[in-house]
Amino acid sequence: MIHLTYPFTKDQVLALKVGDEVAISGIIFTGRDAVHKYLHDGGELPPGVNLKEGIIYHCGPVVLKDEQGNWKVTAAGPTTSIREEPYQGDVIKKFNLRGVIGKGGMGDRTSAACKEFGCVYLHSVGGAAQVLAECVKKVRNVYLLEEFGSPEAIWELEVENFPAFVTMDAHGNSLHKEVLSISSEQLAKHI
Amino acid sequence: MSELQDSLVELIRRASAEIPSDVNDAIIQSLENEKKGTIAESALKIIERNIELAKRKSQPICQDTGSIIFYIECPVGYDQITFEETARKAVTLATKKGYLRQNSVDSISGKNDGTNVGPGAPIVHFHQHRSPELKVSLMLKGGGCENVGAQYSLPHEKLKAGRDLDGCRKVILDAVLQAQGKGCGPGILGVCIGGDRATGYEYSKQQFLRRIPDRNKMPELDELEQDILKTANELGIGPMGFGGKTTLLGVKICAANRLPASYFVSISYMCWAFRRQGFVLNGESAIERWLY
Ligand code: SF4
Repeated sequence: MIHLTYPFTKDQVLALKVGDEVAISGIIFTGRDAVHKYLHDGGELPPGVNLKEGIIYHCGPVVLKDEQGNWKVTAAGPTTSIREEPYQGDVIKKFNLRGVIGKGGMGDRTSAACKEFGCVYLHSVGGAAQVLAECVKKVRNVYLLEEFGSPEAIWELEVENFPAFVTMDAHGNSLHKEVLSISSEQLAKHI
Repeated sequence: MSELQDSLVELIRRASAEIPSDVNDAIIQSLENEKKGTIAESALKIIERNIELAKRKSQPICQDTGSIIFYIECPVGYDQITFEETARKAVTLATKKGYLRQNSVDSISGKNDGTNVGPGAPIVHFHQHRSPELKVSLMLKGGGCENVGAQYSLPHEKLKAGRDLDGCRKVILDAVLQAQGKGCGPGILGVCIGGDRATGYEYSKQQFLRRIPDRNKMPELDELEQDILKTANELGIGPMGFGGKTTLLGVKICAANRLPASYFVSISYMCWAFRRQGFVLNGESAIERWLY
């Protein structure tokens, strides 16, 4: 288990390789379809959002306000990442991202951007909404809530020991590609 | 509020927060089988912890609380209209209580009114039987796994799959390969051989009402189920597609008559967050016993 703490440095990220298990602590920002399209189309980051050396999490959390008016995350599993494939590489480059958390893996363009700019894809466990919500210690802020609605907004979260797995590293390796090729070969033997 | 509505809200809560015991057993078994120290094992441990946590907190196992599908077996002459109205109210209430995410979108306007009720939502299937019992089953089926479902029309040239059981085997295994880990595996397959494009998928989903250890009564289909389960688990796709020993937890196959001109194989994929529950009502509304 490798501990990653915000801010995520390039050296930290370059040291990671496919198959590593990480526990992330510090600040991360959520962003899914609306945010990626917005940033890709030239949208400005709202003041307060700093993605430099940061991690973006493909997640539409369920967030409720408690009696004291504080936000509380009640479910926070990943959403399918491949939908952001047309935008991700660009967003990595433009904002100096060090990590992307999601599920299902991403394609060649993202992989190339990870290699070129020093970023990794971190796969969290799909469906593990409760375990992952428990890792969110605090909701620090929310941006673009009015514009995009709750699941699509940018949530600034403070997480502790958030578990994820490196499935695409900064050296061009992808576990998803590897497993696809191995399983295709295996299947050919059984048919 | 009617007692039936109360019972249905409780059914939804239980379905959303508590994994049926047969699925839980299968996940624990796969955790034991997985190679120690691998990320596949770690992923399954997180899944196991998530199941336990959701139950304890009475919170959705997965935030995608899915399509809400009711299957009802009712006595002859049962008032289906009232049941459906009550089910819609129960879904709205369960959403307010947070057992279900606001998960239903108007396909034209893109609006989500937050009730989970609208055209085609929830889905309600009635079936009459000659018994005084009212049996209600509920399945919550997430979007990630629904997206990896597939329907093949045989013969399939590229896969060299002809119109026989061997052809069926080839396309079913192809669906497993294409899905990789994207349906939040380890998954369960529901398959229908035959039918038309609509009923094929319909029956494939109904296979999920069978318990995981349940064996098929038709010897040919039983053999195919066991073979696909074994072969899929030799492909090395593994939990979440991380590589590993458990790609599937179960395979359930049925057959329906087809037209001479068509031969469909319809495959539905259910994620590890396999949420189904059901009950038998005693009289009109109180829960007599749980089905899973
Ligand atoms: S596929 Fe299943 S486990 Fe995965 S996110 Fe969807 S509902 Fe949850």
